[in-house]
Parts: sequence; structure tokens; C-alpha cells
Amino acid sequence: MTDVAIVGIGMHRFGRTDGVSGRAQAVHAAREALRDAGLRFSDLRFGFGGSHSAGDADTLVSELGLTGLPFINVANGCATGGSALIAADAAIRSGQHDLGIVIGFDKHPRGAFNTDPAEHGIGAWYGETGLMVTTQFFGMKIQRYLHDTGIDPAVLATIAEKAFRNGARNPMAWRRKEISAAEIAAAPMISHPLTQYMYCSPGEGAVALVLCRADRAREYTGRPVLLRSAAFRSRRYGSFEVFAPWLAAERADSPTVEASRAAFEAAGIDPSEVDVAQVQDTESGAELMHLAETGLCAHGEQEKLIADGDTELDGRLPVNTDGGCIANGEPIGASGLRQVYENVLQLRGAAGAHQVPGEPRVGFTHVYGAPGISACTVLTR
Amino acid sequence: MIGNLRTVDDSLFIETAEGVALRGSRCADCGAYTFPYQGGCPRCTGDSMIEVPLSRTGTLWSWTVQGFRPKPPYTGTADSYGVGYVELPGELIVEARLTEADPERLRIGMPVELVLVPFRTDESGVDVHTFAFGEARHD
Ligand SMILES: [Zn+2]
Repeated sequence: MTDVAIVGIGMHRFGRTDGVSGRAQAVHAAREALRDAGLRFSDLRFGFGGSHSAGDADTLVSELGLTGLPFINVANGCATGGSALIAADAAIRSGQHDLGIVIGFDKHPRGAFNTDPAEHGIGAWYGETGLMVTTQFFGMKIQRYLHDTGIDPAVLATIAEKAFRNGARNPMAWRRKEISAAEIAAAPMISHPLTQYMYCSPGEGAVALVLCRADRAREYTGRPVLLRSAAFRSRRYGSFEVFAPWLAAERADSPTVEASRAAFEAAGIDPSEVDVAQVQDTESGAELMHLAETGLCAHGEQEKLIADGDTELDGRLPVNTDGGCIANGEPIGASGLRQVYENVLQLRGAAGAHQVPGEPRVGFTHVYGAPGISACTVLTR
Repeated sequence: MIGNLRTVDDSLFIETAEGVALRGSRCADCGAYTFPYQGGCPRCTGDSMIEVPLSRTGTLWSWTVQGFRPKPPYTGTADSYGVGYVELPGELIVEARLTEADPERLRIGMPVELVLVPFRTDESGVDVHTFAFGEARHD
């Protein structure tokens, strides 16, 4: 089996771009990725892509070029981008195709997501009585986690402060203004103990990646990054997930634990070797919990890690170096690919003002979302 | 109608000698519980689920306070309300509204009991009820 390389990356700036459709943002990202790899759309042999609420990815060919290539839509909620990447990885690794593109994009209305319970197989009562609210899940998961680990809730504001600080250094981020921990902690409470500035918002944006068999990567770039593994897992009986009217009395590992373990095993890399990590920070408590669930540290160890500055850009384990979901917002179809884009920048040494020092070699990404799924990747240069 | 009360969904409830309880299911093969009732067992993947009333008392497993009015499909009257997961001993952990929305008066591990509470009124002004948990009264 051949290895897989990422040889082109493109992005449309995250945030709000009035008057530009999600599809137009996707086309922009695709053309940037092709330019980065020195390719034309007609060179590509396959495409995988998707959005949650901005249209079908396969219709992008009307703008990118009608070349007859197989372009397959992927719709997998928060893991849409990750799932498209997994499909591309398999297509290349199996020898089916040599060169192709993945595209993730979205454009969500302002405000929190409103989801129809029926789409999740839950009765209408769940929405009518005010339980179909994602922010509540994150509030209750972190509440229980703080109770179990004894971690000081003040760390939640510190994590969001870092997100805005990194976002301020990232020209592609949505939120580019630093906000102090004190201001974050004093903001209106959305879902106790989480305030407004600790949450990310649904937004807009697009990311495209050009991938090829690794032994041909040098034809397209002087700085190839290897996609060492990409893994996806759904929930087990006993895990605690968003949109759950009930939980089993017995506890099980989250899909994050299983997907990250699978990704590290497939890559043959230990979590301790990671130089830069992008983990799902739907809110700052999620970053706290996912740091341990992914194996990047032990449960309870995060408080010291964060206090020591280890997760800062110049720390031992820089986390969410582009500002994460908190500073970039969460266009569902594009969010997971944003993390990969950021790690490619970091491994190329091309992240500019938010570059991690010390020439990082190993990057890790982690997505978590409804209805209890996780997708992870390991990248190396 | 459950008892004399209009509810958001009568299939969520079951009347017992001790009062109204949540209507769940228990797997005849492996003993796993679910709420609401469902035909398939998420634990052993079988399809031998039996309808059962769930415990009317438990302890608070986690909680939060909804701080802003949710978008539709929410139809309730209150803009802010408590939400929690309640551990029903030996059965499962159920998500529910809480009768208390003051963070100072909520703590993990506190004993709670099931109540039916009005959360909105219908077209003709009749209260529509849902289930909630509130601090257990000492009998
Ligand atoms: Zn069973």
C-alpha cells in the first residue's frame, strides 16, 4: 500500500462573508488548493466533499470544471470533512486513484443551531420542552468533569483567552480581538458554568485539500505533509453524548477515546510525540476534556499543563494554534478540514504570526460532534 | 391526558400505584434500561424490550442552567430553566428539566424526585405538562 500526502491546501476565510455563498467560498478554497499544488482541476481523478447547510459539494464541478471525475458527496454532520478525508485516504492508499481533492464548506444562519429532534430519531417533546440544545450538553459534561477531577472552573476562561489570543495572530480567523480571561468569565452565562465567550458560534468558511500518493508528492510541492492516519468512530453503549434523553448507568469511553487511539495506532505514533494539536473546542470545557480523552495528557493533568503555558504557541504541546473553533467559528462541513489545514501550515513552517517554534514534525487533529462521533488524523512531515 | 393533566406526549408516562412515572423499557435478555420506551436493546442489540415504569426518585448526576431562550422547536414559557441528568438507581441516567434554576441551590449528588410541571399553555389556555425533577421532600 502506498502512503498518502497532502500537497495542496486552500481556505476561504472563516467568519461572516455577506453576499458570498457557501458554494462560492468552496470554489475559492478549491482553486487556492489547486494553485498551491500547481495543478488544474482537470488533473484531478476524484473528489469527496460536503456541507451541512450550504448545498451539495458535487455541484461545485459546474464552476470548477466538467471533467467527468467521480465526485462523491459526504454528509456526516460534524465529521463531514473528516469523513471526506478518510474516503480520499482510502482511495489513494488502495491504489484506486493517485490524485484528488476533498472540500468542506458551510454557511450557517446566525445564532445557535436549531435541530429537529426527528432527524435524530427523538420525539418532538424533546425539542418542545427545551432539551434539544447542544450548549446544554457541553455545560453538563464539563460540570460533571469538574466535579470528578476537582479542576478549578477558572481554567475555562483561561482556555478561551488563549483561543482569542491565537485567533488575533491568524489572518484567516473570524475573531481577531484578544479578550481577557476576566471579561470572558464575566460574560453572560449561556449554560452554567460556560459563558458566551467560551462557546464557538456557527459560522461560514471553506477548506480544500489536494491529496496524492506519497511517492509522487514532490512533483507538486517541495513541502509535502504525510497523512499518516485518519480514523472515525461512533458512540458505544455507556458513553455520554449530545442529544441524549438518557444515558446508561454504566460508563464507557467516548468516541473521541476510540478514534484517537485508532489514529495513533494506525500511524505508529504515540500521543507523547505530538508537536502540535488541534482538538475540538466547541467550548473551552471541550478542549479541557478532549486533551485527556485523546491521550495527549492524563485526566486531571490539564490544569497544570495550562497553568504552565504548555498549550500556548511556544509551549511543549501547542493546542488550537489557529484559535480553534472558539476564534474561527464552526462551519460544520469545513471545521475538521480547517484543523488539518492548520497542521499542514504548522508542519510546513508557514503559519506566520501563529507559527509554533522548533520545526514541529507531528500534528494531530480531533473532531467531536453530534450524535456522538469523532474523527482524528495524524500528520507528519 | 395523564391523570387529569395534559402532557407534551402521553407516551412518555405510565400511571402506577405510587403516582405517575416515566415509561421506559428494560431488556428481557440483558437487563439494560432505556428512556423513552424503544423496541431494540442498544446494549445487546436484541429486540426483547419490556415496558417498565422508571424509578420516581434518584440523585442529580449533572446539571446546568439554560441561560437564554432556545430557538424553535422550543415552545415553553420560561426563557431560563434548570436542566439535569438524574441517576435512577440500578436503571439509567435520565435527562430532564429541573424545578430549580439557581446554581447556588443545585449540586451533584442531591436527592431529587419526579414531578409533572406545566411548561406552556395550549391554544385554549390549558396548561401543558412535562416531567421534571425537584429536590426530594422528606416524608
Ligand atoms: Zn439487551
